Amino acid sequence: MLVPINWLKEYVDINTDIRDLSDKLTMTGTHVDSIINMDKSINNIYLGKITKLEPHPNADKLQVVHVDLGNKKVKLITGAKNISENDLVPVAVEGAVLPNGMKIEKTDFRGIESQGMLCSYEELGIDSSLVPKESKDGIIIINEDIEVGKDIVDVLNLKGHILDLEITFNRPDCLSMVGIGRETAATLNTQFKYPDIKIKNEVEDINDYVKDIKIVDEDLCRRYYTRVIKDVKIGPSPLWLQRKIMDAGIRPINNIVDATNYVMLEVGQPLHAFDLDTIEGKTVKIRRAKKEEVIKTLDQSNRKLDEDMLIIADESKPIGIAGVMGGYDSEVTKNSKVILMESANFDGKSVRETSKKLGLRSEASSRNEKDLPNEIVVDACNRVCQIIEDIGAGTIVKGVIDRGDKESPLREVIMNPNNCNNLLGTNIEDRRMLDILNSLNIESKLHQGKIVSKIPNFRKDLEIEADLIEEVGRIFGFHNIPPKPLKGNILKGSKSELRKVEDKSKDILYGLGLYEITTYSFISPKEYDRFLVEENNSLRNYVEISNPLGEDFSSMRTTLLPNMLKVISKNSNYGIKEGMLFEIGNTFLNSDKNTPDEIRKISIGLYGGYDFFNLKGIVENLLNKFGLKYKFVMEEKLSSFHPGRTAKILIDDIEIGLIGEVHPDVRENYEIDERTYLAEIDIPKILKNKKEEKTYHQIAKYPSITRDISIVVDEDVLVGNIIEEVESMSIDNLEKIEMFDIYRGKNIEAGKKSLAYTMVFRSLDKTLLEEEVNDKYEEILERLKTVFNAKLR
Amino acid sequence: MEEKLQIIQKNAIEELNEIETKDEIEKLRVKFLGKKGELTLLLREMGSLPKEKRPIIGKMANEVRTVLEENIEKKKLEIEKIEKNKRLEKEKIDITIPGKFPDIGKRHPLLKVKEELEDLFLKMGYDVVEGPEIDTVENNFDALNAPPDHPSRDKSDTFYINEELLLRTQTSPVQIRVMKEQKPPIRIVSAGRTFRFDEVDDTHSPMFHQMECLVVDKNVTLANLKDSINHFVKELFGEDMETRFRPHNFPFTEPSAEVDVSCLVCKGKGCKACSYTGWSMELLGCGMVHPKVLENCGIDPNIYSGYAFGMGIDRVTMVKHKINDIRLLFENDIRFLKQF
Repeated sequence: MLVPINWLKEYVDINTDIRDLSDKLTMTGTHVDSIINMDKSINNIYLGKITKLEPHPNADKLQVVHVDLGNKKVKLITGAKNISENDLVPVAVEGAVLPNGMKIEKTDFRGIESQGMLCSYEELGIDSSLVPKESKDGIIIINEDIEVGKDIVDVLNLKGHILDLEITFNRPDCLSMVGIGRETAATLNTQFKYPDIKIKNEVEDINDYVKDIKIVDEDLCRRYYTRVIKDVKIGPSPLWLQRKIMDAGIRPINNIVDATNYVMLEVGQPLHAFDLDTIEGKTVKIRRAKKEEVIKTLDQSNRKLDEDMLIIADESKPIGIAGVMGGYDSEVTKNSKVILMESANFDGKSVRETSKKLGLRSEASSRNEKDLPNEIVVDACNRVCQIIEDIGAGTIVKGVIDRGDKESPLREVIMNPNNCNNLLGTNIEDRRMLDILNSLNIESKLHQGKIVSKIPNFRKDLEIEADLIEEVGRIFGFHNIPPKPLKGNILKGSKSELRKVEDKSKDILYGLGLYEITTYSFISPKEYDRFLVEENNSLRNYVEISNPLGEDFSSMRTTLLPNMLKVISKNSNYGIKEGMLFEIGNTFLNSDKNTPDEIRKISIGLYGGYDFFNLKGIVENLLNKFGLKYKFVMEEKLSSFHPGRTAKILIDDIEIGLIGEVHPDVRENYEIDERTYLAEIDIPKILKNKKEEKTYHQIAKYPSITRDISIVVDEDVLVGNIIEEVESMSIDNLEKIEMFDIYRGKNIEAGKKSLAYTMVFRSLDKTLLEEEVNDKYEEILERLKTVFNAKLR
Repeated sequence: MEEKLQIIQKNAIEELNEIETKDEIEKLRVKFLGKKGELTLLLREMGSLPKEKRPIIGKMANEVRTVLEENIEKKKLEIEKIEKNKRLEKEKIDITIPGKFPDIGKRHPLLKVKEELEDLFLKMGYDVVEGPEIDTVENNFDALNAPPDHPSRDKSDTFYINEELLLRTQTSPVQIRVMKEQKPPIRIVSAGRTFRFDEVDDTHSPMFHQMECLVVDKNVTLANLKDSINHFVKELFGEDMETRFRPHNFPFTEPSAEVDVSCLVCKGKGCKACSYTGWSMELLGCGMVHPKVLENCGIDPNIYSGYAFGMGIDRVTMVKHKINDIRLLFENDIRFLKQF
């Protein structure tokens, strides 16, 4: 919201400088985004009258202009097209400096000396979107009787400051000069003045002009208030009016439209003027659009309407989209004679949805969508009539047609001053609270120790005690409330067990040299194809977003791995040849319950100079830290992974994760040249099975005896099979068994391999005898011969 | 004989002084004291001496031997010391060569900031609580008192799964979950992923991170809120940081405020980064929990009050590490991650 200070001053006394005003407004809740200084240090530009216009003898596109500046006459050269003799124009003479830094000097243009320059709005520092059509891309033509030689700064009022304000959702009343005036008065503790609305002369009767106005859909239109203006003379509005609305960010159109915009900016109620002669049957109906109904809007485009949209219609057709934009055919034009002025209150939600559906947003719709009070339509309509009368743009017809709800009784809200001080942590006196509320035009008085406030209709946001406490607090100033430490018991902060597992996992993984990544929770469903996930795999049971931001963001990930591959792919393609990465994040699976299952997982990705066992080592390190009893079981059926290099990670036959080398086809899909290894582990399952309590085991006092065993077995016997089998025998005093060599080749039959293990025997109670160990050794060997058909090598 | 003995001693010591290696010492020992050494050979000539002279010469010869042996031993130690020093000298390394231990991993800067913030509040007695990323419209909007027509509910602002479920747009639904389950006193901090319908550019991301705190108890005041935030801001950004509480509007707090913090670049003096205001704008949003929100969670607002405040972690991370593009946080370029 742009608020020119000179305009604001019409409603409130401002007794301080712009900086201080800006700070104070900000600290009472009207945040000043920026201060725009209109004073562009313009000088030596004066109003001049073109006395003679002649073609340049040596240039087709230039003209020689003779200008009377009152105390002197100058001759200059211009390329401008929109000027004629007797026009009043701004003339920059020698020594002038324009806001863009351009200096005006005497210059020779093809043999003729130019002693100055005619100026456009843009050259005087006005944004081109605000320049009236007739002056756009041309020289400013002043259509008023102003004395030549006057400083252009005064003529165009190019001075003062404009505040750019951020208005919060709850304060649509502040989208107006009057609203900001009230806030300013309360902030500065000065007097607020509401405009004096009075029409001097009213003629004839509105009922002679309008046959009927009817609100058909009362749920979407609460009030429809109209007046008629006759004998309108359409033309540019006076300079003061043009310049005021320009400074507030609206481009002048013509006197009638400018007047409606002026009043909208002033009191916050959008208005619309219809050319009454175009309204068929002189009848207005406020109704929902019919299916397939079409209207050509002011911007000359045909808009297809639907049955949720509220429109203004005459007997047969739409003439406007309620609160959003008027119709082209009922627009006020230079031929209009009689106009119907609409000041109406529409349902905010309906306006917002309609404007969104049509992609049409305007100053009017952005106010109408905020549920304005329906009382304000009266003042707004009469005020615009007053302005139109004042600027001589028409004659006001007596009477109004007012449909829908009238004024509603004012709501009362009661505030206990103790509650106010208790919530703010202050000692503000009752008197001060009353003063603050009254300064905001909230009529308040003390009754039996409580403050009873009558809420004005423009403050719909004030509903309960806490709302009034906020009003007191913000005008008192949050910065004037001294901080106080929290009282109460000292509490001990805690973290969930799941988070503890997560945090510990992170520490282990950082410690092992992995980099943490974080990727989006959403992925494209196409990633499942790219990752070669089987059609019937539950990973495809993903949650879809109903209004996604494009396909890449259209579903929630069921696994972290595709994002990991994307990150590896990106890095690999940046020329980073290896990496160890991990992510901890949520995955989402559709479920029978009301909400999807949200499962936190760890994903690990290694690429470049690593192999399966590097990854396995990391995973084992991690799982060991949680005291888990797990095993790896070959997994050959997943199309995303290498069939011979992938394993499920099981705890008591429950799968807690997966580890493996990425299938070359998947790597191809992700454009990763390096072999890549992935693991994904379910954190809740780690939590469920973890055993971190450590019990001391006595350190062995007696020496151990070591026996190596080397056996030849079939290729399909796994290293782990032997260890598992031996461990399952629960041999007394066998401390550990470890594989130390695998050999294939010379002296070993094809299809077989030699495995060598070291076994350590130790007793906690005594020194073992060779014979005892030899017996055990034989027992183990026999078992391996029986189970695996092993031969001693 | 005596003369000869003295000559041997003199020669031997002279030669010894010239020696630089252990090998030479051994040679010298053999030359003078060995089985065919000069001293040994000389002593063999003792037989030709008169009887009375023999003990005298014998004693003298032994003295010479002792002197030589002592000197040789001394020289040996000397040379050993020199040789050891020489070896140490040779073993000198370039200590500026980088260490060989494997690189420790890296924490993601954003998550590091998130965890640091959580730990800060953990120490101040707040429970670290988490909520789901897919939450209900009820928890994310309704119970938080968001008006039915609030623009944040629009499909152009919020991602919906269906009529009832959405991707949470804020961490505030965690407040609702906690208040519905737990009776006051409540002190929680919750941080995590949040989602809004924003196209990706250098300052926007459809996924970002928020952190927020909630305190509900008897007699909790706005003055307490200010104190907590001041304390937190100083912990996070430094003791010399000031705060400014500007009244604002949020549906779930009343009164509400936005908090500006001294510009992190100029510490409040005024610079280009803060448009010469001295403030880093809108770093936090805060307020007293709206009575309707308490009621919605079954907490009596006539007995209890509370405050809540929240902030964008992505923004804090970016400000803290001078990261100029939010996309860097989610791209996971190893060259980026390596820097933290």
